[in-house]
Amino acid sequence: MRAFFIKLANLNRTIIYLIITLGVITPLVVPLNLGQKMSPPTENLYTYIDTLPKGSHILISADYDPSTLPELQPMLEAIIKHAIIRGVIPMVMSLYPEGTGLGIQACEKAKEELGARPDTDYVVLGYKPGFSAVILGIGEDIKKVFPTNYSGVPLDSIPAMKGVKNYKDIALTVSLSGASTPLAWVTYAYTKYNEKLATGVTAVSAADFYPYLQTGQFVGALMGMKGAAEYEYQVNKLLEKNGFEKGKSVFAVRGMEANSIAHFLIMLFIIIGNLGYFLSKKRREA
Amino acid sequence: MHISHDPWVWLAAILTLAIFSFLYKDNPFFKMAEHIFVGVATGYGFVYTWNNGIYPNLLKPLFVEHKLLFIIPFILGLMYLAVVVPKFSYFIRWPFAFLLGVGSGLSIPLAFKASLVEQIKYTILPNPHGMSIGLFINALLIFIGVITVVLYFYFSTPHEGVMKPITKTGIVFLMVGFGASFGYTVMARFSLLVGRFEFLLGKWLGLLSWLR
Repeated sequence: MRAFFIKLANLNRTIIYLIITLGVITPLVVPLNLGQKMSPPTENLYTYIDTLPKGSHILISADYDPSTLPELQPMLEAIIKHAIIRGVIPMVMSLYPEGTGLGIQACEKAKEELGARPDTDYVVLGYKPGFSAVILGIGEDIKKVFPTNYSGVPLDSIPAMKGVKNYKDIALTVSLSGASTPLAWVTYAYTKYNEKLATGVTAVSAADFYPYLQTGQFVGALMGMKGAAEYEYQVNKLLEKNGFEKGKSVFAVRGMEANSIAHFLIMLFIIIGNLGYFLSKKRREA
Repeated sequence: MHISHDPWVWLAAILTLAIFSFLYKDNPFFKMAEHIFVGVATGYGFVYTWNNGIYPNLLKPLFVEHKLLFIIPFILGLMYLAVVVPKFSYFIRWPFAFLLGVGSGLSIPLAFKASLVEQIKYTILPNPHGMSIGLFINALLIFIGVITVVLYFYFSTPHEGVMKPITKTGIVFLMVGFGASFGYTVMARFSLLVGRFEFLLGKWLGLLSWLR
């Protein structure tokens, strides 16, 4: 038995890669249908958007690039769909050049699947460089920061932008980011203008943002693919309830199933590795 | 199986496999994909910044609308480029000084309030979302955690006597924090892997029926 564990602990890494690959691929090909229960940070964000009056505006900043797409894009798509179903108008912008295309992609999906109308049901504002200047500028007048939408149409002539001047007219700002950009929103939009904020972050930076939930600086948060899957699952249920045939997405839900198997395997490897280490140490001492 | 006929999907799949080839060892395919990524990202960023920032916010007001005040940021911007001419490289200090001054003035008071004052306040005050037994225990744990961890990093007194159990408790909180961060990091890395597999198996090879 001891020899077996020692052998396992010294397993060639190629075999470990292979086991992990199989562990990730299998649940993608054969879905496990585990379901998703909302954690409090996700539930707070979902409830906040769900209870906004019709015609309210939310600002979504896609502050990420394709390198974090698997975790953040499902969040963006789910939030946009949720807002549109509830009659809330999402305004999509980005502080990253690469985020613009991802924002447009998510809006195009909502247009195609839910029949959402650009500039009426949603607005794509596009990209502006300069983090702090943009966030502070929106607090004064959004039309000075974004005189036109992404397609070059002046904001004054866009029906969905009627009555929107600054944060006072924006019920919530959501920053989706793979870096520390949400902190810039906390510093400038929340602290200076008292804007309600929420965030969606990659799992690697999730632990850094929990303290800002405790203080109420974020009304809610989506933490990594887990948060994305929880929100996606809830929006799917809402789509079903409202009789939408298209629009359901299970990208993050399926991804989370693969993640669960991978986590299980990693825990197993840690236990085997440690057992092998201690057993071989004992043998050396003996 | 519905293999994609889109040449862009094929290109993305080939580049993904080239990046994965690093798992075997460093090789020319990986290097090629890496360089393409850096080049495309830089070019994309430059064009977007030019079209959405430099041209509409600086060049258009100055050269098309003849707003002469914009000559100041234009000159400050040019000073950045002086770094390539060693004789005039000291000019870069001017825009740097301006940027640091404005940046510090804007961010220090707000960042102090956002990341320090508010955090300290809610270590002591009840949770703004309300209070239940669960939230009370959570608040108590955070309070004890903050005090013991801060004291762990207090090195002016030896960690002996009454300080010993306090700092030991601090270590426990730190380890729990590191564990949570590690768990989240594992999830983040696997999420990226899952994302690529969803692309390769779904969009490229068409093996995932739920993704079609």
